[in-house]
Amino acid sequence: MRYLPKSPSDREAMLADIGAKSIDDLFATVPAEYRLSRDLNVPRQHGEQEVIEHFKAFADKNALGYASFLGAGAYRHYRPVLIDTVVSRGEFLTSYTPYQPEIAQGTLQALFEFQTMICELTGMEISNASMYDGSTGAAEAVMMAVRVTGRNGAVVARTVHPEYREVLTTYAQHQSIPKTEVDYDPATGRVDLAKLDAAITDDTACVLIQSPNFFGTIEDVAAIADIAHKKGALLIVSIAEAVSLGIVKPPAEADIVAMEAQSFGVPVGYGGPYCGVIACKEKFLRQMPGRLAGETKDMDGKRGFVLTLSTREQHIRREKATSNICTNQSLVALMVTVFLTVYGKGLKELAEQNLAKAHYAAQTIGGSGKVLFGGAPRFNEFVYQGSRTSEEGNAALLQAKIVGGLPLEKFYPELGPNASLWCATELTTRAQIDAAAEVLK
Amino acid sequence: MAYPTEYRYTKEHEWIAADGRIGITDYAQSTLGDIVFVELPAVGAELKAGESFGTVESVKAVSDLFSPVNGKVLEVNEALNSAPESVNADANATWMIKAEFDASQLESLLTAEAYEKFISEETGH
Repeated sequence: MRYLPKSPSDREAMLADIGAKSIDDLFATVPAEYRLSRDLNVPRQHGEQEVIEHFKAFADKNALGYASFLGAGAYRHYRPVLIDTVVSRGEFLTSYTPYQPEIAQGTLQALFEFQTMICELTGMEISNASMYDGSTGAAEAVMMAVRVTGRNGAVVARTVHPEYREVLTTYAQHQSIPKTEVDYDPATGRVDLAKLDAAITDDTACVLIQSPNFFGTIEDVAAIADIAHKKGALLIVSIAEAVSLGIVKPPAEADIVAMEAQSFGVPVGYGGPYCGVIACKEKFLRQMPGRLAGETKDMDGKRGFVLTLSTREQHIRREKATSNICTNQSLVALMVTVFLTVYGKGLKELAEQNLAKAHYAAQTIGGSGKVLFGGAPRFNEFVYQGSRTSEEGNAALLQAKIVGGLPLEKFYPELGPNASLWCATELTTRAQIDAAAEVLK
Repeated sequence: MAYPTEYRYTKEHEWIAADGRIGITDYAQSTLGDIVFVELPAVGAELKAGESFGTVESVKAVSDLFSPVNGKVLEVNEALNSAPESVNADANATWMIKAEFDASQLESLLTAEAYEKFISEETGH
């Protein structure tokens, strides 16, 4: 959008037009005591070059040229240039919801394709046209399960992203939905199936797991689905690292998949934006939050696209809406769509590269300590327990321009101060892995 | 539009038959447009006159269904799950729930004639 400053003569013309003598006349109805009689305490205006310098200085704080082994819900993957070329087009670059299909066919078609690809990847029958992010997606999926089953409790694996669980706590506490957390098996880092089984009651609406889980290991989705379904609970599978779907079997046994699609072409940018998704079995359609883009035929029989099912949303039914997040992430979903279109079947190769790099990193870096949960399959993350604390290790790595793994003690005190979560993607080089291993030796 | 004289009506545009069938009026279905979903209560649910017992969803709106009487849900029309459009096709014949209720309550509801007069005042034609 262009920024059009108004000149003093513009202001005068506008005031004259409405019959006001000064700006103050516009605020005459506000009693004088409530009006601010001084200038705002903000910095003076800046010239274009000053603004650029200002942001350059901020950008320099980014660890440009550093190797990074951080993952934990935010993944660095290569972004094909085509993504920004497409999403920067004026037809797409709008925050406006495409309520009028006659002028928004491109946007609607892109969302329809997004939904189609999400279904193909997740093994679900329907998908919405994106949500806020993976954490709220998981919490919304739990609320959905409560509506579908008429039960009122959630059993949550402790291997679900700790911050996703915090978001769920925020939702659940105000809806009076009891939440039970189930511990993991210390040998595998997977949710403890016996404890999970014991935690599910007749009032459990759903079991929420993440796979690959927060430790990077892949859960036994089929076995967990059996346990949940036997007791009449739904299974929700959260996926934080979407690239894993290139190689990991889709969680088709789940009833609802709540995914974060950031890995598909969305940059890691100062905490956002992200792209949440909820996909599910078709029979739960009416309880799914968000909107769907649907395909139809016009009066001449030509293929066309429309927003369907937006009647779930709060602009139509306020207090009865399925979700109070009324913003979806259309533009970010478009990035995802372009990414998946560019990669196509190449997603498998991309996933294989991630797997190979992470395997090599676990072997090489793990040499100076140990890799926990070795007994389970994993994707591109692993838990490393070094000979010194994560903070000491990371400080040493920073000297070598390497950002190490995420210290885990804050989230899992039982793992101690030496455990950290490491991630390698296709962007991680062998030289970077070797260099990190060398520092940690 | 047709409003059978053997039914009684509410100002919220529901009809009720003496045998307990409850549906929405022809006027309601034509105002809502294409109906895509009808959300119904469970058998045995309590009904309170003037309170919502379900929703009816058209392409662009969701509206509450209001119970004409106090009572209990005896039966729900499961066929509406797969064919909600039958409400558009014949609103008078397409019941949504069957209620168990005290028949004396019918007295206070609108007759077909009174209902027709009510909507002509509402809509101005």
